[in-house]
Amino acid sequence: MYIDPHVHMVSRNTDDYVRMARAGCVAITEPAFWAGYDRSSPQGFFDYFRQLTDFEPRRAAQYGIRHHTWLCINPKEAEDPVFAREVIGLIPGFLEKQNVLGIGEIGLNKNSRNELEILEAHLQLASDHGLLVLVHTPHLEDKLKGTRLILDAIRRFPKLDAGRVLIDHVEEHTAKLVLDRGFWCGMTLYPDTKCTPQRAVDIIECYGSERIWMNSAGDWGHSDPIAVPKAQMEMRRRGHLESLVRKVTFENPERFLSQSGRFSAAPLRPTAPDITR
Amino acid sequence: MSDAPTNAACPMNRTQVVDAYFMEHRARILDLAAFLDRVDRAGPGADDFRMQAFRAAVAILGDGKPERARRVLELLSDPGTEPIAKAGMKGATGAHDPKAGKA
Repeated sequence: MYIDPHVHMVSRNTDDYVRMARAGCVAITEPAFWAGYDRSSPQGFFDYFRQLTDFEPRRAAQYGIRHHTWLCINPKEAEDPVFAREVIGLIPGFLEKQNVLGIGEIGLNKNSRNELEILEAHLQLASDHGLLVLVHTPHLEDKLKGTRLILDAIRRFPKLDAGRVLIDHVEEHTAKLVLDRGFWCGMTLYPDTKCTPQRAVDIIECYGSERIWMNSAGDWGHSDPIAVPKAQMEMRRRGHLESLVRKVTFENPERFLSQSGRFSAAPLRPTAPDITR
Repeated sequence: MSDAPTNAACPMNRTQVVDAYFMEHRARILDLAAFLDRVDRAGPGADDFRMQAFRAAVAILGDGKPERARRVLELLSDPGTEPIAKAGMKGATGAHDPKAGKA
């Protein structure tokens, strides 16, 4: 049994849901994401938020998987602050949806001033509404600098409790930085550009199993929606206790996400196919 | 001999780690070697910032010091501390280009 706390299911097909369910996935959380192209209007985000809060939970339920989501405009579309602020203005209208856990995945991409401005606008929204925050850290060569800028930005919002903020996509050079400041951290299991299952387990062995989780971040690119059970296999291969496997792939995400008051990983009987739409 | 700290939390001993992972990483080091050969066979030319960083990273693997993964990642990272003026692209190249956008 496991939770995948970061996966972009709108980009995946029903076979992926079947494989995830068979591998033991009982709950997922889906942060708002870049579509692979810039949306042409804020209305495009309105429709995307409807998909995340209405259609996708019903699709996941057909496979016995509970679906939750996070809302934002991704940092890859934050270079136009006027546009980004219009999108942020849509978010309060969706906060009452029952599967919305908080604001995410916000953060930085290329570490630009405009991205930082929009990150701070999101943090203000989360602070004002007392929401959980899921933070994306930049890719590859931009990650270390971006992680530092993000941690400094969050510090400027004293109402945001570090225990209610998860900094995602950490690797060997950023995990300690995040954990030492009291934040939660996520390791993303990607075939090429983030952590492999082996390296993720190495990080747990080096930095411990407190305030840490693993996710697939499966999306429209080269990614693997059943990466988390592969990491479970890697832990078992090394002889780690089953209690530790369960802690980092189920109990830890459940503990962090339950702070929202809306998260559930309780067994869900698969619903009938939605033939009425 | 490396003075790297052992991973106390890893249940495997040194022999078990080598038994479990040697073949997989034998294949990977051959991939690295073949990649460098392929670059050479592609003809003469100067290394760009990515290949300069790559060769420096390979040197870290053999320096006998601990935390190689962290140090390789840091080597490949932008060492700056200030936000850049504007994002010129959305993607990343995998290594820091010293000529890339300045703060």
